[in-house]
Amino acid sequence: MSEQKQEADFFDKPNNVNWILRVFYAICVILVVLDFVVHRHIYVSFEEIPAFYALYGFVACVVLVVIAKEMRKVLMRKEDYYEPLEQELLDTRKNDTPHGEEKH
Amino acid sequence: MWIADLPPFIPFYIAALLALFVSGKARYLLLLAPIWGGLNLFFTHSYDSIVTVPLVIFDLQLMQVDKLSLMFGYLFHIAGLLALIYSVHVDDKLQQSTGLLYAGSALGAVFAGDWVTVFIFWEMLALTSVFLIWARRTQTARLAGLRYLVIQVLSGVLLLIGALMLYQQTGSLDVGYIGLDSAASWLVFIALGIKCAFPFMHTWLTDAYPMATPTGTVFLSAFTTKVAVYALARTFAGEELLVYIGAAMTCFPIFYAVIENDLRKVLAYSLINQLGFMVCGIGIGTALALNGAVAHAFNDVIFKGLLFMTMGAVLHRVGHVNGSDLGGLYKSMPKTTVFCIVGAASISAFPLFSGFVSKSMVMAAMIEAGHEYLWLMLLFASAGVFHHAGIKIPYFAFFHHDSGLRVKEAPTNMLIAMGIASVLCIAIGSYPQLMYQLLPWENSYVPYDVTHTLTQLQLLFFSALAFVWLNKQGLYPPELRSVNLDMEWFYRRLFPITGAWVSYRLATLRDWSKSQIDAAVHRLPSYNEHDGTTAAELTRRMAILLVVMVFIALLAQIF
Repeated sequence: MSEQKQEADFFDKPNNVNWILRVFYAICVILVVLDFVVHRHIYVSFEEIPAFYALYGFVACVVLVVIAKEMRKVLMRKEDYYEPLEQELLDTRKNDTPHGEEKH
Repeated sequence: MWIADLPPFIPFYIAALLALFVSGKARYLLLLAPIWGGLNLFFTHSYDSIVTVPLVIFDLQLMQVDKLSLMFGYLFHIAGLLALIYSVHVDDKLQQSTGLLYAGSALGAVFAGDWVTVFIFWEMLALTSVFLIWARRTQTARLAGLRYLVIQVLSGVLLLIGALMLYQQTGSLDVGYIGLDSAASWLVFIALGIKCAFPFMHTWLTDAYPMATPTGTVFLSAFTTKVAVYALARTFAGEELLVYIGAAMTCFPIFYAVIENDLRKVLAYSLINQLGFMVCGIGIGTALALNGAVAHAFNDVIFKGLLFMTMGAVLHRVGHVNGSDLGGLYKSMPKTTVFCIVGAASISAFPLFSGFVSKSMVMAAMIEAGHEYLWLMLLFASAGVFHHAGIKIPYFAFFHHDSGLRVKEAPTNMLIAMGIASVLCIAIGSYPQLMYQLLPWENSYVPYDVTHTLTQLQLLFFSALAFVWLNKQGLYPPELRSVNLDMEWFYRRLFPITGAWVSYRLATLRDWSKSQIDAAVHRLPSYNEHDGTTAAELTRRMAILLVVMVFIALLAQIF
């Protein structure tokens, strides 16, 4: 039982996570090096920039997150933002129904 | 054994009827509908047969087969089968039955040869799918279902008006290329656009899909939007405007996806983003682009279904899918975790996974068509997809910090459905010919070459690097319990509040004018018998009246 638990908690050990990250960084480096070794086909002028895809991917995601964080300031509301109004609508409808039934 | 020229929706509708009476293990019988129906279509289809049902004034063309409708036909059988296996444990006759009707209606719409038949199935899609939302049986789901239904039915009504106007102009109800050139075509375009979740018309999707039952969302994600993509490909292929709409659709939802907490809503936004690629492909309109759009629809149904299935499994076991309160689930749901990663890799277009072999067709067609800046937008969206769907979904649900949740692994039937979907994702990604042979237009695209594989890996790995870096710097936005305002704000907040304000003002006005009139009436001399109205008084008043009337008559003469 305890062995299973040890195994299951693989990602809780900082050592394991660090190893995974090191492998990941190594792959990133290799991919950039390959860009200078392999002859890429160029279809669009942007692609002539060395390691264009790597740079673009990184910058795109940082820009994405930065803008999204700014959007939060404008767009974020409490979880139950819509609820009070809709609850009110439901309540009025509930109050309406018995009325309607009485009339009949 | 096989029945030739059987409209493919019929097995599903029969099974839906059956679903009302079977329970327990007998529910497995329902799986026969997609299996037998799919095989029947495969063995007996012929391109020249047209099945019609004569009505009083004209014939409904229930089945018209070509390679385009056939591809979507196969796709919907696969999607129906996966969704049915996934939901076979659900002991709710309403859901089982409406799910089958819904899948059948999608098939009906795809094989329909005339606009009236399309309209019938178009509305059936709306009427049946809404029960998958209502089946959640909560107040919020009830309201979300209502909003969903209103918008969907509106789309159908616009479609019918547009189609009838087209009939008036051309004398034909056949479904075929339209092109944007008249008011009628714009109506059809908007009707399709609503179902395809064009920007500003998209909130029905992000509003309702996360509200449906765990199994219901799997059905929903497969059919409605893909029927719209099919219809767009048939009627508006090569329409320049679609390229711009599609590019917008790929980009704007990913910002929302990054800050959204409900992980099924994240997937709903990412569904719009994937639709954007398809719409772009349809807009370009070359054989490569259209093939790309259709191929991506095919793959998207499977991998997006897979992702919704994994989140449905979490919802089923945990009771919610809020990123802020999940984490560490890989310990208790390891198989679901693996399936989720397969889905995430597919949607991010990792080499050897299905997204890679279809998304790139649209990208390549974009360059061929000379839209370099739009191509950059699509590339941005590709990086963004990996960021929010590829990393965020698995990371916040299954890894991240341990939330302490200890649940059971997903039910076996759910695991089987997710397993089949995963195998399909990897099989199509590794042997793209499996799917390419179904493509309607001539195809010579080769997805695997050194350039494409290397550049895609660079893009994805450095997107992941950005995620790691932002997280280490503490810059990554934390998952927060919140709602983000979107277009739905207009009809969930602004319109009700404005409506309430206007009706309040009108009520005040009514009360005020009533009191004014009452006061005026009071001020009038009263004609009670006790007033002792004399003949002289009456005569005087009649004289005044006469003068007034003469004056009015005079005025009338002058003007």
